[in-house]
Amino acid sequence: MTEQAQKYVGGGVPRKEDPALVTGKATWTDNIKLPGMLHFALLRSPMAHAKITNIDASEALAMPGVQAVYTAEDINNDMAAGLPCAWLVTEDMKSPVHQPLAKDEVKHLGDAVAVVVADDRYVAKDALEYIDVDYEELPVVTKMEDALKSDSPLVHEEFGTNECYTWPLATGDVDEAFKNAPVIVKERYIQQRLLPTAIECRAVVANPDPVNGGFTVYTATQIPHILKSVLAGICGVPEQKMRVVAPDVGGGFGSKLNIYAEEALAVVLARKLGVPVKWVEERSENYLATTHGRDQIQDLEIAATSEGKILGLKVKLLADMGAYLQIFTPGIPTFGGFMFPGVYDFENYSFECKGVFTNKTPTDAYRGAGRPEAAYGIERIMDSLAREVGVAPEEIRRRNFYEPFDEPTETPAGIQYDSFNLQGALDKVLELADYEGLRAEQKRRRDDNDPVQLGIGFSTYTEICGLAPSQVLAAVGLGGAGWEAATVRMLASGTVEVVTGTTPHGQGHVTSWSQIAADVLGVTPDDVEVLHGDTAISPLGRDTYGSRSLTVGGVAVHLAAGKVVEKAKKIAAHMLEAAEDDIEFENGTFSVAGSPDQNVSMATVAGEAFLGINLPEGMEPNLTEDSSFDPPNFTYPFGAHICVTEVDTETGFVKVRDYFAVDDCGPIINPIIADGQIHGGIAQGLAQAIYEEAIYDEDGNLVTGSMLDYLIPGAPEIPHFTLDRTITPSPSNPLGVKGIGEAGTIGSPPAAVNSVIDALSTHGVTHIDMPTSPMKVWTAIQNAKGERAGTRDADRSGRPAQATDNVDEKGSESL
Amino acid sequence: MRRIKVTVDGKTHEHEVEPRLLLIHYLREVLGIGGAHSGCDTSNCGACTILMNGESVKSCTVLAVQADGEDIMTVQGLAKNGEWHPVQTAFHEAHGLQCGYCTPGMIMATISLLKEKPNPSEEEIREGLEGNLCRCTGYENIVKAVKQAAGSPVS
Ligand code: FES
Ligand code: FES
Repeated sequence: MTEQAQKYVGGGVPRKEDPALVTGKATWTDNIKLPGMLHFALLRSPMAHAKITNIDASEALAMPGVQAVYTAEDINNDMAAGLPCAWLVTEDMKSPVHQPLAKDEVKHLGDAVAVVVADDRYVAKDALEYIDVDYEELPVVTKMEDALKSDSPLVHEEFGTNECYTWPLATGDVDEAFKNAPVIVKERYIQQRLLPTAIECRAVVANPDPVNGGFTVYTATQIPHILKSVLAGICGVPEQKMRVVAPDVGGGFGSKLNIYAEEALAVVLARKLGVPVKWVEERSENYLATTHGRDQIQDLEIAATSEGKILGLKVKLLADMGAYLQIFTPGIPTFGGFMFPGVYDFENYSFECKGVFTNKTPTDAYRGAGRPEAAYGIERIMDSLAREVGVAPEEIRRRNFYEPFDEPTETPAGIQYDSFNLQGALDKVLELADYEGLRAEQKRRRDDNDPVQLGIGFSTYTEICGLAPSQVLAAVGLGGAGWEAATVRMLASGTVEVVTGTTPHGQGHVTSWSQIAADVLGVTPDDVEVLHGDTAISPLGRDTYGSRSLTVGGVAVHLAAGKVVEKAKKIAAHMLEAAEDDIEFENGTFSVAGSPDQNVSMATVAGEAFLGINLPEGMEPNLTEDSSFDPPNFTYPFGAHICVTEVDTETGFVKVRDYFAVDDCGPIINPIIADGQIHGGIAQGLAQAIYEEAIYDEDGNLVTGSMLDYLIPGAPEIPHFTLDRTITPSPSNPLGVKGIGEAGTIGSPPAAVNSVIDALSTHGVTHIDMPTSPMKVWTAIQNAKGERAGTRDADRSGRPAQATDNVDEKGSESL
Repeated sequence: MRRIKVTVDGKTHEHEVEPRLLLIHYLREVLGIGGAHSGCDTSNCGACTILMNGESVKSCTVLAVQADGEDIMTVQGLAKNGEWHPVQTAFHEAHGLQCGYCTPGMIMATISLLKEKPNPSEEEIREGLEGNLCRCTGYENIVKAVKQAAGSPVS
């Protein structure tokens, strides 16, 4: 971080992305119109599980404006392979065939069975109504515990089971640790299913290239580079003839990190018909056809000394895969398996995850992807442990924190955290929140029997960022290729082009990468253009997810720019007739040490490099350098959060009054952008904690199938955030940066739920599952009252996580 | 088909349209106004918010034929002679946008909100924008942008 003078890095440079966005001039995929373009729409199954016995499309085909109607028979043979799952968590993992259109059987509500291609969208949609499909209903399974029973209906008959895999991880001697432990706490938590809901739905346009016989695919994706390779492979197009463009993309949160049926269909249809085709998703379609997030049942057991020092942790997960495996589906919960030990220093850990098929939309990455689930588990049970041993929640955490360190340190899960100082973050957040004052207010309200009680909830989290080290990715079944690429070139005019393999969709890479390059090259951010998101312009990349962009891609920009300076220095030495070692570079000017008058600007050197007339012996012209950065380790940002809630004990209504967060993601490139990421992340975590839940009924219907029923919080539901930070550089990369895209979503759910429970602790409530809807909170209070009054068989429906048939009542609860 | 005459961003258009065509689709598909966005099919998200005769409306809840004879303003018509509207400037300066997909709707809703309440409290801002969803910003900097815009001259 100290190699160059930092002029722009660390400053709140206003975003270069904004002008197009605030004036309505961005290019969304849905804005793309090509000559002769046709539109397609998909007929989706109205049933969760059924045999398709007949499809009659003749009426639809006869409609004016309809160009074609295809079913699986017509399409799937045009595919070289089905839609892939790239994460082989175990050798014997069961991976079902997944084609763009379902052939004999539909396996979840919204499974596509036919596609209509028409002159416009309205006509295509109309025609769907005239396709006759005969279904023969099959039994449906939607709950994981039911799916694992021997008499359960099978999602994939050919496997003879609904179990996709079992993945174990163990270190130390967990059984021994538990045998003599003075304190053991056991909990079950539900990670409800979520609908990611980027405000821009998905869309794709495929355009046949008449010159090379390939295709250009424009798609609302986070991963144009991965898509290019995979789409070429599964559609049988030579990779070099496939070009993928991610234009402006309206949020992703993991839901645009996939290889979707519609993207493959677009290529196949464009090839069949020889014209450009377009598909635009609608929101209710998005809720069925785009991957969902979370959906786990978590069983945790923690063993500790009577002072609350952790002796061991056992975690067992059931993770809902849905009906098929999308690109990373099985690996999301196992990736989380590395993170359950959290920020606590102990030795004995065991983890087991079972992936389970159900007749529901597939799950996959959703902001945090496995780590929010893990942080929730450990941070909730830390509060339970605190209650059990009778210490305050902040104290139980302190007793178990790692001592601060700045070199890689082995964890109970067998990975290496990079650098920590949780004590610093916790101290800071306690002060920021006026913790003493909050406790005093809480006591006042308790003494006064105020119907509205105050809750103060903690989480001290870490997460794994920067999907990266290729060898580690290979070791966990992800194949490798975790690097990120950048090219930095000085143009003849002295301005700069940065080409990056990351693919922003709201994160502000254009601005941040400009700052990084500007500081190294001694230019201004306005002199730098950042090119991205088009495989023809940026041929090498591994894209944007897992908070990897800065820690891998931003670092690659930094390194490539450094190489440019190295080469420029040689040219400058030649021009100044001095030894290279005597050349100094500052503020965009090369000068001879000790004689500052002898100097030449970077722009002049760039011009010289371009002309190629007067270069050192043997040097090639041009100032353009590449970097492919493959870091030695992940990065582990961390932080301490306090969520303050007001809980109305009469109505069960939860209001988040304040939220305080101290996050440490190492040195900051752009504080405005970093804070924005934290705001959005916390809000998305609060959304899970308090508002959102995707609910399926027993027949596999998505009850929350539109924005009317699925409660995305608006501005009134979200509090003001008070942020601060500590800075602990990571040893994993030369900038010391850690990543911040998901931290808020990982830290906030446990802080919020711990807060609600803290508010109700004097009422005897010790557990409520997410989302903490008024009905659930109210029921928990009533149940606790009943138990206190000595009623042995109090209604336990308010603690659904404690019962095996736990989700029956939720349909009525979350609204 | 029905003939309609609509003024959009100061320019008058005449078209034959299907009676069922939504205004949002008329703006996007017929007029090519890509700055009017659509984010749902249940009138919840507010991405499609525009001004009709100065009032904010969700253009997915209006049929194109209902806009016949009306005066529509979208985010693309706000800048005058290359000068941004103060609300656009405030969203940029306060970092009130990330992916920017909700932004045109947020900006139009803010203009309408500030017309009704030139000096809104934080609570009034949050309530006033409740029909507009943002998945990126957590609303923190949107509220800040509205406060900032309220401090500057707003038309
Ligand atoms: S498109 Fe969502 S409210 Fe209009
Ligand atoms: S900025 Fe992305 S939805 Fe608001």
